[in-house]
Amino acid sequence: MRAIVTVIGKDAVGIIAGVCGLLAGQQVNILDISQTVMQEYFTMIMLVDTARCSLPFGELADELRAWGESRGLSVRIQHEDIFNAMHRI
Amino acid sequence: MAMINSGEILQTIRMIDQQHLDIRTVTMGISLLDCADADVQRCAEKIYDKITRSARDLVRTAEEIESELGIPIVNKRISVTPIALVGAACRSDSYVPLARAMDRAAADCGVNFIGGFSALVHKGATAADLTLIRSIPEALAETELVCASVNVGSTKSGINMDAVAEMGRVIRQTAALTADRGGFGCAKLVVFCNAVEDNPFMAGAFHGVGEPERAINVGVSGPGVVYHALQDMQGQPLDAVAETVKKTAFHITRVGQLVAQEASRRLGVPFGIVDLSLAPTPAVGDSVARILERMGLSTCGGHGTTAALALLNDAVKKGGVMASSSVGGLSGAFIPVSEDEGMIAAARKGVLRLDKLEAMTCVCSVGLDMIAIPGDTPASTISAIIADEAAIGMVNAKTTAVRLIPAPGMQVGDTVEFGGLLGTAPVMPVHAESAEAFIARGGRIPAPMQSLKN
Repeated sequence: MRAIVTVIGKDAVGIIAGVCGLLAGQQVNILDISQTVMQEYFTMIMLVDTARCSLPFGELADELRAWGESRGLSVRIQHEDIFNAMHRI
Repeated sequence: MAMINSGEILQTIRMIDQQHLDIRTVTMGISLLDCADADVQRCAEKIYDKITRSARDLVRTAEEIESELGIPIVNKRISVTPIALVGAACRSDSYVPLARAMDRAAADCGVNFIGGFSALVHKGATAADLTLIRSIPEALAETELVCASVNVGSTKSGINMDAVAEMGRVIRQTAALTADRGGFGCAKLVVFCNAVEDNPFMAGAFHGVGEPERAINVGVSGPGVVYHALQDMQGQPLDAVAETVKKTAFHITRVGQLVAQEASRRLGVPFGIVDLSLAPTPAVGDSVARILERMGLSTCGGHGTTAALALLNDAVKKGGVMASSSVGGLSGAFIPVSEDEGMIAAARKGVLRLDKLEAMTCVCSVGLDMIAIPGDTPASTISAIIADEAAIGMVNAKTTAVRLIPAPGMQVGDTVEFGGLLGTAPVMPVHAESAEAFIARGGRIPAPMQSLKN
């Protein structure tokens, strides 16, 4: 299934590396990344494929959230359907 | 991102994170018509078994969807066939055992309310309807999760004033039996005119007889999102405001539709409806009253409130109706006083009063909702308030409802704390003048003309 990972928070060294490492460790494939830093505010959006992910989706979401919280970042993963539903007819 | 752009993704996340966007309820309707039995205990067992069998995966499935989509589903609930219909075969003078069975089943399924301890008496009451209505005070006092409702009027049949008179007394008794909790039982009791069969919201949900064996009905929320969207609209004309509300309602409802479809697919239960409602919570920033104030009213309840609410209610429906394949339930902005931070503030100031709330219910969903009144309010006055509200519903061919809490021992100026989503209710004044003789007449108010509509 395709999902959107968002990472929002204060910029620091190693955010992308950390998130990518965590996803790779769970066999989550990254399909696309966009990332900006505005006024020290880091925003990264990734489109990922979780088809081969070793964890149930909820646990992957918990792991990402916990990783983010330990660094003062908001990290979440959501099924892409919610964005499609809300913004596309 | 090929499909969705970053701005849209971040907008969705802001709605959920900062603007209280959530799915208010996923409610499974379950028919209990096959649970009828001459023995009330046997009927109660069948009810327990049917509910737990039908809804055992509801909470787990809703939590999975919540986790995958990253949006809170605040309540998971169950509605059942009006119990007066199920209990009619029982040789019993009380349906309290059936309420206990519902309560146990709801707790074991992990839902936080179950609706349908109900009777539909808009044209007249059967023996079973009367048994149910008499059972309401004890049923609500002895159970935690059971919600009751009684439909006392409809546009096609008029208002059953005997039932209206009885409900005034039932509300007083329910308050008395739950006096230690501020009359909390009354927060689980709704008196309707033109009740709908597919409403997912409590306390008035029941699974109507025109419904299938089971159905998934979803109620959306989002006053905070609408409030936020109007932030940039200062000084703009009201048609521009309406357009913005429509667009916002569309976004909100699309998520409701998605959740409903997913829940329906995963549970193997037909999708019923999405209820297009703006349902406030006591949280700051999730208030319908504050939306009206953002339109330019200094305080909700002042002159202009009815017009602002009419605009809001209509725009929510227009925006939502295209976002869902099946719209139903109550569908409109709710104005439950104790559950809306801005309404609470306006009531405390004395600006928002019962008479204005009554006028507001002419143009929105649903009625005089979650309003605390003095504990010594006579039953006939409560009945008269119900009659007024039912008349608005009857004449305007819309659903209206009354959920009043005559808070035992409390007076105007006191506050009842219900906690959680039910919030805080400042005790509001009612008119002291008696309607005793009017209510004592009983009988029926005939159904109104459907032409010559002035």
